Amino acid sequence: MSFLEVKNLEVSFNLRGKSLKALQNISFDLERGERLGIVGESGAGKSVAAFAILNLISRPGKITAGEVLLDGQDLSKLSPQEMRKIRGNKVSMIFQDPMMTLNPVFTIGTQMIECLKAHRKISKSNAVKIAIQKLKLVQIPSPEMRMNQYPHELSGGMKQRIIIAIALLMDPALIIADEPTTALDVTIQAEIMALLLDLCESNNVALILITHDLGVVSQVTQKTIVMYAGRIIEQGPTNEIINDAQHPYTQGLINALPQQTLPGEKLNQIRGSMPSLQDIPSGCSFNPRCDFVLDICTKQRPEFTQSGGCSVACHMVKAMKDAEKGHSAYE
Amino acid sequence: MRDDTITTTAKNPSLLRRFKDSHLWHSLKKDKVAFASFLVFILFVSVAILAPVLAPFDPYDPSSIDIMDSELPPVWQEDSEAKFLLGTDAQGRDLLSTILYGMRTSLLIGICAVLLQCFLGVVVGLSAGYFGGRIDSFLMRIADIQLSFSTLMVAIVVLAVFQASFGAELYSKLAVFMLILVIGFAEWPQYARTVRASVLAEKHKEYVDAARVMGFTNSRIMLGHILPNTLSPLLVISTVQIANAIISEASLSFLGLGMPVSQPSLGSLISSGFEYIFSGSWWITAIPGLVLVVLVMVINLLGDWLRDVLNPKLYKD
Amino acid sequence: MIAFLINRLFQAAIVMFVISLLSFSIQDNLGDPLRELIGQSVSEADRMELREELGLNDSFLTQYFRFAGKAIQGDLGTSYFFKEPALEVILKKLPATLELVFGATVLIIVISIPVGVYSAINPSSLFSKVAMGISIIGISVPVFLTAIISIYIFSVELGWLPSFGRGVTEHVFGTWETGFFNVDGLLHLLLPCLSLASIMLPLFIRLIRAEMMEVLQSEYIKFAWAKGLSPRRIWFMHALKNTMLPVITVGGVQIGTMVAYTILTETVFQWPGMGFLFLEAVNRVDTPLIVAYLIVVGAIFVITNTIVDLIYGLVNPTVKLVGEK
Repeated sequence: MSFLEVKNLEVSFNLRGKSLKALQNISFDLERGERLGIVGESGAGKSVAAFAILNLISRPGKITAGEVLLDGQDLSKLSPQEMRKIRGNKVSMIFQDPMMTLNPVFTIGTQMIECLKAHRKISKSNAVKIAIQKLKLVQIPSPEMRMNQYPHELSGGMKQRIIIAIALLMDPALIIADEPTTALDVTIQAEIMALLLDLCESNNVALILITHDLGVVSQVTQKTIVMYAGRIIEQGPTNEIINDAQHPYTQGLINALPQQTLPGEKLNQIRGSMPSLQDIPSGCSFNPRCDFVLDICTKQRPEFTQSGGCSVACHMVKAMKDAEKGHSAYE
Repeated sequence: MRDDTITTTAKNPSLLRRFKDSHLWHSLKKDKVAFASFLVFILFVSVAILAPVLAPFDPYDPSSIDIMDSELPPVWQEDSEAKFLLGTDAQGRDLLSTILYGMRTSLLIGICAVLLQCFLGVVVGLSAGYFGGRIDSFLMRIADIQLSFSTLMVAIVVLAVFQASFGAELYSKLAVFMLILVIGFAEWPQYARTVRASVLAEKHKEYVDAARVMGFTNSRIMLGHILPNTLSPLLVISTVQIANAIISEASLSFLGLGMPVSQPSLGSLISSGFEYIFSGSWWITAIPGLVLVVLVMVINLLGDWLRDVLNPKLYKD
Repeated sequence: MIAFLINRLFQAAIVMFVISLLSFSIQDNLGDPLRELIGQSVSEADRMELREELGLNDSFLTQYFRFAGKAIQGDLGTSYFFKEPALEVILKKLPATLELVFGATVLIIVISIPVGVYSAINPSSLFSKVAMGISIIGISVPVFLTAIISIYIFSVELGWLPSFGRGVTEHVFGTWETGFFNVDGLLHLLLPCLSLASIMLPLFIRLIRAEMMEVLQSEYIKFAWAKGLSPRRIWFMHALKNTMLPVITVGGVQIGTMVAYTILTETVFQWPGMGFLFLEAVNRVDTPLIVAYLIVVGAIFVITNTIVDLIYGLVNPTVKLVGEK
């Protein structure tokens, strides 16, 4: 049994009587200390997946099917009180925009200590000690002073370090990071990512990294999931996905990386844009944007096909595999 | 308003069609509360406009009033007279007719005062936003100070001073204009701030630059290009402001600083009936009171609905 | 802190200047002080002499500065009707009005915060729908009508509560007359305070609900949930404090409005406060009293606005009151 097993997770939003599926058929495993990247364009459902693991989907959305097993315990079935004991404790989360994540009217110290106090009986002086120790861990200069400062007195990079420190307060086994560097200056992005990676490695913390940046995924994670329109379309070991992507969408994402084009050349784009949840095309949801579209793609949803270490949901990949198999059987 | 629609559609036959096809009309039909409020509002406005035709008596005509008819209850009560459907007031006037005329006065003052507020606010807001710099900070500082005074307070003081210096006689002749002026002048800052915010948002958009490059004058750019973008917040504010203006007018009339008893608005009707509730003649106060509350409430409900539908960016501190 | 205070004082000075100018022009134009002082039976020559003596022939500015100079020393003239210093007459009535405003403010705070917060947390519950329905009716009923209706129901029909006056009052701190410390006084306060609160209450419930719902959608509240905090701490600490920031600003303006509305409630309930006195003064053309009222009310506006700004600065850490950097 893996540390984290997500099985057939489904999240629906109720909008004016209509039920829209924001997430369908999401399944993956994660071991302790392992790092997983979830990539896709905005609107693919990456963040919904992250929030669904912590059962933090807000109304009118809710988990309508599936399981999230953490050490065998199904988080999606826990009572609010039991779930609260997991959040910020065994599993913590890092948000996208550090400018918006800290409450503007409380000091850094207050926001750290309240988290410790919510999860264990602890004296204030001990809580302060732990908070300062964590601030040191994320390399914040003069941490004692920061405790009494308000968020608006700190820079964006500093705030994100503090948010990481808050995430580390209870020594979690899993951190979910939702685009932790997107809102930061480019120069600081790499620093924060390196810090996060280092902290996870040295403390054996599992990481789910949500990002649209395949470059970051390749440097940080061992496993990758590619999502499109609320579904997983390809998953497997990161190096296989980066070096030998099977799904046309993943290939498109990789070709769109600036490293893939010569200076002065136009960047490769995937044409079209992600459909909204209201009008997801029938068959394979990627078919209107796909260059290799087959007849079957508009009619039938593709099942997962094994290709090396990866599972790919694509009719074309399946057809090619079948042809290979047929060919080898014929030989 | 009904007359309005007919004349405008005659001039421009597509307008009614356009309104019927619009998003606004569809969502109005879907929202039961808003639709009912709309119907009641239209009913009130038409009744107010047609008051001289509909009212069984003319409350402004002293010869039609007989003091012997005073304080008769509505027809469903004992001791009533059939010709006075809602009873009579303390002076023997038919309450139904007085209410119809009163509503006419209240609506007239409310709508005109809001038009004045809107005009002042738009002029100030446009100039502040468009010219910026010193003009902007000066105008907005005035708006801040004006906002820190309560409208009702300003209105009470101004009207009280005018009444004291002109004497009640002359004052009662000018009351309608005074009320429109005072309520109109007291509440422009909200419009000014909203318009200014929209202008600042629109000012640097390309179409405004394009208009300037093409040599349009400042006033043409402001009126023809920027102002249309502020229409939906203005509409939302105006609805609420009409409701507020009607309440302000009623309050001032209640204090004896508004419409005189001889040309009553809903507020002065309520005021004139107040002393009689202790002797049991509740209807002189209660019926105009109910009309006032329903009128203000449907306007407020329409305002809420408009805000939900148009969802404009209102000025927020 | 110093910059804040200077800015505040500057604004207060402008407001007080405008009010005093206004008051003075009222005094200058309204009524003839000579007639009030000496009656009609004095010869034209004597009148001219007296005018000269009283400085009534001086320029507007000279007269204004004389007025302002006296006003700063607390001398706002003598009430024609009461034959006493106008400021004293007004200040004697101040406690009655302030108690009305205080009672209404307490009612508003005690009711609007829990109702607004609850209906923001549970927007689709029956309670919030009913609360929203009642508050839209509440906004649409003018204060004086609420007052009349409550008198009709509770005094005329049911006979439970008194319909006018302050009832029994006691002296505290020497001169302050209060109705807060005995049952009769409190009963007399109940209806006027309720009526005064009735117009603001729906406004604040709606405002608090709207602000709170917006705050609950924010990232820092989601982060607070992700930290595993208790709902109570998230709602009543994290969300409420942010909700109250804009509410405090609006509240400051509304306290001023409430002073104006006391004129209405005091009239209906014949409450012996400043507002009631002011309307009487208007009817009697008692100019010094009108002027004294304006100045006192102006001062109340300025003081409450400053206090509200200070509270706002203390609650909101992004406003710097203490110049540290």
